Amino acid sequence: MKKLINEPEHVVYEELHGIAAAHHDLVEVCFDPNYIVRRDVPLKGKVGIVSGGGSGHEPMHGGFVGYGMLDAACPGAVFTSPTPDQMLEATKRVNAGAGVLHIVKNYTGDIMNFEMAADLARDQGIEVESVVINDDVAVEDSLYTAGRRGVGATVLAEKICGAAAEARRSLKDVADICRKVNDRSRSMGMALTSCIVPHAGKPTFSLAEDEMEIGIGIHGEPGRTRMKLKPADEIGVLLMTPIISDLPYKNGDEVLLFVNGMGGTPLMELYVIYNRAYEIATRNELKVSRNLIGSYITSLEMAGCSITLLKLDDELTRFWDAPVRTAALRWGM
Amino acid sequence: MTISRDDVLSWIKNCAAALADNRDYLIELDSPIGDGDHGANMNRGFQAVLGKLPDIADKDIGTIFKTVGFTLISTVGGASGPLYGALFMQMGAVSDGKIELTLTDWAEAVEAGLNGVVLRGKANHGDKTMVDALMPSAETLKAASANGMSLPDALRECAHAAERGVQDTIPLIARKGRASYLGQRSIGHQDPGATSSSLLLQAAAHTWVNGS
Repeated sequence: MKKLINEPEHVVYEELHGIAAAHHDLVEVCFDPNYIVRRDVPLKGKVGIVSGGGSGHEPMHGGFVGYGMLDAACPGAVFTSPTPDQMLEATKRVNAGAGVLHIVKNYTGDIMNFEMAADLARDQGIEVESVVINDDVAVEDSLYTAGRRGVGATVLAEKICGAAAEARRSLKDVADICRKVNDRSRSMGMALTSCIVPHAGKPTFSLAEDEMEIGIGIHGEPGRTRMKLKPADEIGVLLMTPIISDLPYKNGDEVLLFVNGMGGTPLMELYVIYNRAYEIATRNELKVSRNLIGSYITSLEMAGCSITLLKLDDELTRFWDAPVRTAALRWGM
Repeated sequence: MTISRDDVLSWIKNCAAALADNRDYLIELDSPIGDGDHGANMNRGFQAVLGKLPDIADKDIGTIFKTVGFTLISTVGGASGPLYGALFMQMGAVSDGKIELTLTDWAEAVEAGLNGVVLRGKANHGDKTMVDALMPSAETLKAASANGMSLPDALRECAHAAERGVQDTIPLIARKGRASYLGQRSIGHQDPGATSSSLLLQAAAHTWVNGS
């Protein structure tokens, strides 16, 4: 294992100190329990937005804390959901009386820990709504699995809900908008390599030099199928086809096309994939009116990408375009 | 013969030792069908539990179990935190005020713990989860208690039942948790959660039968 770390057990702790040192103008980093929180909370009349998950997906979620996006993020150990005490403290800290939205990715551990935190927060009189993100079309059989995973749509939901909360929309409205983003998003990912969890010290799975894994999640877990490596144009088809066939898109629909890197893939290659995905979308009479390209929801050093398509409407487009100022996503201000 | 409060504390220490010894083994089991964090998470949780033991050494067994459960919830993370937390919280709920446990008490505690896990995780027997080790163990203890079996024999039988439950997970398709995404590809792998559950019950047999 070759990594820029000191001790595997200290990676998250040292990372959090790094975030605190780098972004103290935007956020405060709290320890025991660990969470990253906007400096200016609580904000009168504003719904608080809290998310969280295992570490190793950076910049998600800590990089999205700031104006127009998250109020707080709770980082767990690498690929391990955070614990209820973290979300409880973050929820209390950001609550300004307008309630708090929890954005939760659909993983068994995340669901259980956020549920416990929401119950504890409600016991203390805080209004909490939870929305589960499950946009991953790679999971076909939701009945006999833990269901579709939360992947790329999480980033889009956090941005759009952040803008809605900034516009002082009610908790019910912001939660409805979050559900709308989730309902209208579909994602599919692939890996060229596995990744190494620092405390495990070796790759989570192995892929031969000429193999790739299609339908991966974001935890280095193996995906739906393994096959021989193909050129980017064919990979674009393999990812876009299940996305487009899953959501009832209509001719002329406006979409946001998000090409995400898994952590170890250069932007150059993401643009090659974007080019192909854009062409496929256009051929299917979809109008790509917004986009996002870069590594925003990652799986440590995994090489590969995911594609997310979000069907837009005027409201979603307006909140997507609204100003945002976080460590990882910043425009309009 | 009964299980004293000191026996319970020794068992918890031996659980921590077993999870430390098997940290890498559990990571190895979790890597092909999960995400390779189970061994590290369980070890972190039980090391935190060790730190809490001096404060609760003179409390009743219910309080001891509940403190273990609460500590695991706030230190393990993932699904294992709430699930193992539920196991110990429910074991604690039926052991309130007790300073020693008979075989019947222990059988009730394990059954209550199992029910807590099932309630939180919604897994059935055969879904390739920790329930596959805990359910046969709880049933074995219940039957042993009803049949008047001696405590050492019951603990040994229970440990065997847990281990058989672990082996029985190998041919199963995972239906819960992260391994469920693999579908058919989860066949042939031993479930890490069932394995860690079995380690706790093996530790009970070692601690309370051999006194080590």
